[in-house]
Amino acid sequence: MSDVNTKPGAAAAAPTVAKDKEVSRREFFAKMGMGSLIVAAAGTGLFSYEYFSPNVLFEASPIIKAGKPDQFPPNTVTLDPQSGIYMVNGAKGFYALGAICTHLGCLTAWKPELDMIACPCHGSRFNRDGIKIAGPAPQPLPWLKVWLSEDGYLMVDRSETLKEQEFVRV
Amino acid sequence: MAITLREEFDRLRNTEVWKTIFRSGSGSSNLHRAQAVQQNVFLHLFSVKVRSRALAFSPTWYLGALTLSTFFILVATGILLMFYYHPSVPQAYADMKDLQFVVSSGVFLRNLHRWSAHAMVFLVFAHMFKVFYRGAYRPPRQFNWVIGVFLLLMTLLLSYTGYLLPWDQLAYWAVTVGSNIAKAVPFMGKQIRFLMLGGNEVNANALLRFYVLHCVILPLAAVLLVAVHFWRIRKDGGLYVPEKKL
Repeated sequence: MSDVNTKPGAAAAAPTVAKDKEVSRREFFAKMGMGSLIVAAAGTGLFSYEYFSPNVLFEASPIIKAGKPDQFPPNTVTLDPQSGIYMVNGAKGFYALGAICTHLGCLTAWKPELDMIACPCHGSRFNRDGIKIAGPAPQPLPWLKVWLSEDGYLMVDRSETLKEQEFVRV
Repeated sequence: MAITLREEFDRLRNTEVWKTIFRSGSGSSNLHRAQAVQQNVFLHLFSVKVRSRALAFSPTWYLGALTLSTFFILVATGILLMFYYHPSVPQAYADMKDLQFVVSSGVFLRNLHRWSAHAMVFLVFAHMFKVFYRGAYRPPRQFNWVIGVFLLLMTLLLSYTGYLLPWDQLAYWAVTVGSNIAKAVPFMGKQIRFLMLGGNEVNANALLRFYVLHCVILPLAAVLLVAVHFWRIRKDGGLYVPEKKL
């Protein structure tokens, strides 16, 4: 028989039918080998994922000091390109919008002559409340948490998106 | 003159050194010629015999060979550019400008790299269209078409990773947009973008990751796939040449 090497258990198990479900030594070791290979492969995958995910990042803090309230004249929208936020001084008070387009992450720009926020990449447009007017953006610009620090600065937490509109009155 | 050159060459082929390198020896019979190809590590990927019609311009327009040529130009110029380019945020853009304005022949090598890259993307598509409309993808060559699709992917990834390296506005926003497209993958999009950039923003880690991918990992993968691609041409019966119309 040509399959002696591959199926030694078949010949051994043949005489005793009751031993059908018994695993031969060779099959046992083959399964053990295959099992440990699978475990090793999964471990390698996990190891790689962990290794390639940085644990410490040198990125800017999500909390930023936007400036003193009197830096923002009434009824204006001011872009800080460094931190990617708009500080809006509106009729109801101060609020901050994320300036990163919700479509594919480009930095938007305030167009005073159009009274609109416009994205240069794919033409999305938003009003000063962050609501989309035109273009491919799937979401409005996020409202970010704003508060007044003890030393009188407007602070913005870029990681905290507000569900409802909130205004800071000074 | 021709005869003396040939005699000189034959004498060279009979030397001990030549024979230790090229085992096929000095004969010029069909067998010797076949062995000269078959026993050479670089040539053995190819058929020992090809139909003369397959070497004509019309079956292939030489698009595959031209693609390979641009790849060789890209490897050669890319290695030279690496001698002056540092993949770090403060230096990358300045190094690119130095290559343009300060380094001798730098602008020539950089432009050659850039134009060859554009040409390679174009030629890969042209090659694939030619193969598709000729029907050369059909059995027994269907697996080589699949390899070719992976080579297209390698070409596009090389093009994309190389795009970030000048670290200018175009590069930065292109990779911002591209990484956000990757983020749109269902379920694991955020993790893919995080691994791709080595962080949450396009910054030093992303530049270094793209550099390693562009200069080491993707070219090696491409070379491996190219080798399989060429070997499969032989295994699948040579270049596809339709029967001559009578």
